[in-house]
Formats: sequence, structure tokens, C-alpha cells
Amino acid sequence: MWEYTDEVKDHFLNPRNVGEIENPDGIGDVGSLACGDALKLTFKLGDDKKIADAKFKTFGCASAIASSSALTEMIKGLTLDEAEKVTNEDIALYLGGLPKEKMHCSVMGREALEAAIANYRGIVLPMAEGEVICECFGVTDLEIKRAIEESHLHSVEEVTNFTKAGGGCGKCEDRIQAIIDEVNHTAKAKVIPMSGPKRMTTIQKIKLIEQAFEREIRPTLKKDGGDIELVDVDGDFVIVSLRGACSSCTKSQTTLKEYVEKKLREQVLDSLIVEESNA
Amino acid sequence: MMSQQGRVIYMDNNATTKVAPEVVESMMPFFSELYGNPSSMHTFGGQVGKNVVEAREKVAHLLNATPDEIIYTSCGTESDSTAILSALQAQSGKRHIVTTRVEHPAVKNLCESLDSLTGHKHRLTQLPVASDGTLDLQQYEDSLSDDTAIVSVMWANNETGVIFPIEKMAQIAKSRGILFHTDAVQAVGKIPIDLQTVPVDFLSLSGHKLHAPKGIGVLYVRKRTPFVPFMIGGHQEHGRRGGTENVAGVIGLGKACELAGQHIHTENTKVRVLRDKLEEGLLASIPNALLNGHKADRLPNTSNISFEYIEGESILLHLDRYGICASSGSACTSGSLEPSHVLRAMGVPFTAAHGSIRFSLSVYNAEDEVDFILEKVPPIIANLREMSPFWKSR
Repeated sequence: MWEYTDEVKDHFLNPRNVGEIENPDGIGDVGSLACGDALKLTFKLGDDKKIADAKFKTFGCASAIASSSALTEMIKGLTLDEAEKVTNEDIALYLGGLPKEKMHCSVMGREALEAAIANYRGIVLPMAEGEVICECFGVTDLEIKRAIEESHLHSVEEVTNFTKAGGGCGKCEDRIQAIIDEVNHTAKAKVIPMSGPKRMTTIQKIKLIEQAFEREIRPTLKKDGGDIELVDVDGDFVIVSLRGACSSCTKSQTTLKEYVEKKLREQVLDSLIVEESNA
Repeated sequence: MMSQQGRVIYMDNNATTKVAPEVVESMMPFFSELYGNPSSMHTFGGQVGKNVVEAREKVAHLLNATPDEIIYTSCGTESDSTAILSALQAQSGKRHIVTTRVEHPAVKNLCESLDSLTGHKHRLTQLPVASDGTLDLQQYEDSLSDDTAIVSVMWANNETGVIFPIEKMAQIAKSRGILFHTDAVQAVGKIPIDLQTVPVDFLSLSGHKLHAPKGIGVLYVRKRTPFVPFMIGGHQEHGRRGGTENVAGVIGLGKACELAGQHIHTENTKVRVLRDKLEEGLLASIPNALLNGHKADRLPNTSNISFEYIEGESILLHLDRYGICASSGSACTSGSLEPSHVLRAMGVPFTAAHGSIRFSLSVYNAEDEVDFILEKVPPIIANLREMSPFWKSR
């Protein structure tokens, strides 16, 4: 059960300005049935060029309906230049806050408003022209970037809460992370990898493990009079045999887990599990 | 209509059920009076053991099994994990699992995590379902191989109530020498189950779905089935599941199984009649309302209906104002952003998947509750559709 504020409940149960204005000055249509929520916003300007009336139609959950209702109340009486400055945070604030998983509802409200104003002005929104990152929900890189910048997001989960991107099949999570890194300057990587988690054949694993042994692990163990042999690789299990001083050392388990396994995970595959051969 | 303030109409029994008053009564002595450990040597503890034995007999009786085939667990999920992991460990050479796309997360997510959990590669076949939620038996048979370690197929689906032909499926597996597990959490107590005629090797059930408390479950393991324990510890359950018995839960489950045996006829008469009245009433009075799941091969208590062009959470919150408890397969209610994996596997269109509502009844429901729902739901749907941008422009 979601924790909704009294304001959200009120706007959900008694929504203001439901409907569609005939011959509106601006129409904003965002979302879709497939995405699970959609909003159609219409407004009419008065002679003073302020928003005289605004109405909505929404398909979605309680917070989507409440966000739409709040939006129409908020923009009435504003000029378009003023209305343009309304952000999704403003909508959430007007409702006394939204559950973090529902922030995308306020984002949808803001997008509908932008679309309606653009429609009035006869311009094409730049957001829609970005590259689609999340195919499940049709979210572009520009939309993701803006959410990260404006709402100071730091994780893929937060981006999903605000934009829905990454909330479907999850295949774009790496690309979202790369955008977060790029925007937050925590990484210089400009190349956004398309691939999922690493997959390797057993042969590839054995080759890389042997290389890691030769390069670093064996020389280190030999300093203490020990050695290591690779016995087998079964899935992610790496079966090894400790030799020399290591074989009788009481700390051999620590060596295996804290040193050998850690190194192999860094250098070969982060899912590897190192075990000592019973033989 | 009288004021409905404070009234609760509970039609979410596939989520959990009310603990039957008789069950509560049976459990009470085992908290502060007969609180001994059944494993103790003294008479005070030992007398508890007798009650545990009796309860086990009642559980076995409901399934037409023998008491030593019953292993107590903490929940349905533990039973599912135990069965599947046991089959894989007992036959370490076999790495193929056959299941369905509509399993409960307790089976689905486990099977999808096996590679990282065990460090071994597994091949997973998730059988598709038709638009009415039923399986293709030929496709099932074709999916089995010499490498198949276990088949795990739910007896009845929690979201739609669709019943799978477990008897036939288990026979096919048996003829090929393949272990068969069924998650019967939703089926036990709602439809008759006879494990003398249905040759499953493992069956999971959960206490709180049949009017026993939460925190007690059972894994049935057929005699002579190779078994590797999941929880290793003391000698409890003949070493097949360590940990001191949840004595009060065990006693309560025994009583609940006894009651379920008595109520099974009511489930398939009175409860079915109420469910049908509710379902037919809603489908008749509301346009663009669709039934999800096969109409006949279905639990008698479950009805899953999609109301097109509106969203499930909104419907549930309106129902909640009248004290009506139901659930939805919509994205917004699950905490994820996509609608139920069951409805998607059935190919329910997006226009309907987001607006699905599941009513699941029990023997405690009454006809006036159905009448109340039939009165309240149509205006809620009409009201939300008035608000939907897709309703008139469709």
C-alpha cells in the first residue's frame, strides 16, 4: 500500500478540472496505454494572455490523477512564460510530496504542460528528438539527462523512479548508469556500452585464470614459499590446489578467498568462486 | 443502504486468509501453557510431540498422503526452494528445469537465479500459455529431456485461478523418470487433491492461504524420493528440515486442514455460486470488461477481470473507500512499472492488462457482500473512464 499524503488523496478522490476544453489554445498529449499512464492536457488563454482555463484527462494510478489535477490548479492564472517554469518538483510539493517510486507521475504532468505550451507556440520539443535509451517506455537520453540534473539523481533506481527508464526489461540499465556518470562527471566514459553482463566460455575462463596466476598470483604466493595449481573450472567455480607452504598453512582459506578469489574477480569475471580441491 | 463505515468486505483470499476461529482456539494452549519443546525428554515437552503427530496426520489426510511424507517448513516459498534445490543436488548431473511462464515468483525467480546461486549453468524451459492461461501438453512433453532434473508447475495460478492438468503432467514426467514438483499453494483447500492418484514427487502448500496463520508451510515429499535438505540443523522432521518446530503453527495448520476437508464441498458449491454471481454481474453491467483465464478450468473462488482503458490502482483505491479488499495485476500496484507477468504471458493487451482486478473469495463471504460490490463497482469504473483520455476516443 502506498503512503499517499492527504493532498494526493483529495486530488485523486475529488479531481479538479477533469475534461477536455473545446477548441483549446494548447494540447499536450503524453504517455501511452502501454506505459501504464497517459495525460492529455488542454488549456485556453484569456484576453490578458494568462491561462484562463485548464483541463485534463488521465489514465493512470492515484498519483498520476492527483498530479494532473494539481497541475491544472497550479497553472490557472499564469502567463505561459510563468507556467513554463513549473517543474515536476513543484507539482510534487503542491501535493505535499509523492512516494519516490511515483515521482514519474509528476514528471508526466510537467511533460504534458511543456507539450501543450509547445503546441500553442507551434514548436517541436527538443526532448522527443533525443536518442531513445529505454525502449520499454520510450525515454530518451535528453529526458534522462534533465531528470538527473534537475532532481540531482545518483542511481539507476532513482532515474527509474523519475522517468520510468530502466523499469521494464532492464536491458538499458548500463546505458542509464553511463549517462549518470557523464552528467555527474564521476566518469569520463563517453562511450555507452550496449552489452549486458560478461559471458565467457570455460576455455576463455581457464586461459584468463592461468594468465592471472602467472602474472601476479603465483609470484606473490612464491614469496612465502607457496604455490597454486588450477585443477578445474566448472561454471563459476574455480577449483584450485594449494602447494608448498600454502598447503599446510592455517590461513590458506583466507588466502583463497581474500586474495586469489578477489584477484580473479577483478581480472577475469566478478562472479567467480574459488574453492580448494578435496583431492 | 446502511452506513458502511468500518465494514470490511474481504475478497483477497489468494493473498492471504482470515485465520479460522477454530484454528485460533486450537493454537491457544501452545503459547503459554503447553510451551515445551517436542524434542524434550520430559513429559511436559513430550506431550506437545503427541499433538504435533496428530496435526501431521490431519495434513496428510487432506492430501491423501502418509504422515511421514509431510515436512513442515516456514512458508510456501521455503517449500518451493527446498524441492527444486533438492532435485538438483540429488541428481547433480542434470541441469535442465521445466517450468512455466506464469509461476509464482517463489518458483520463477528461484529458477531464473539458479546459475548465480549454484555457480552452475542451467537450462530453463519456461512453457508459454495460451490466451486463456492454459498449457499445451504436447509442448510440455516435447520439452522434457534426459537432462531434465525436475518439472515445477503450479497446480493453480494465483492471479487467474487457472488450474493446470497436474495429474496428466505428473504421469508424463513419471513415465520418463523425471521428478515432478507442484506449487499447490492456491489449490489446497479449494479443490480436492488426492496424492494416491496424482503421482507428484513434491508438493508445496502454505498455511495462511487456507485459514491457518502465516509462518507455517508444508513440503510433501513422496516416499523414496531422493531428498537433500535445504535447512540443515537438528534431527527435526527426521533430519529433513532442521529447526525447532513452530508448534502453535503446526497445530493450527492441522486444524485448518481438518476444516478444509470439511469445507471443500462448500468451496465448490456456495463459494463458486457467489463467485459466478459476482463475475457475471460485473461482466453484464460494465462494457469493455473481460474475463482473464479459462472459464471452466479454474479455482471456484477466483475471478480476474480487466476493465479496459483504466488503471488498476485507481480502481482498488476507490474500492478501498468502501472497505472492499481486492488486488490488481497493474504495474502501479506491484511496485514495478510493468503489469503482471501472468497477464503478459497470456498476451492480454495493454488496454486491459493495466486495469485488471482480482477478486478471490472464501467460505466466509456472503451474498450481501457480492450485492454490495455489484452496486459499487460500475459507477467507479464509469467515473474513472470519464477521466481516461482513451475511453471516448477509442
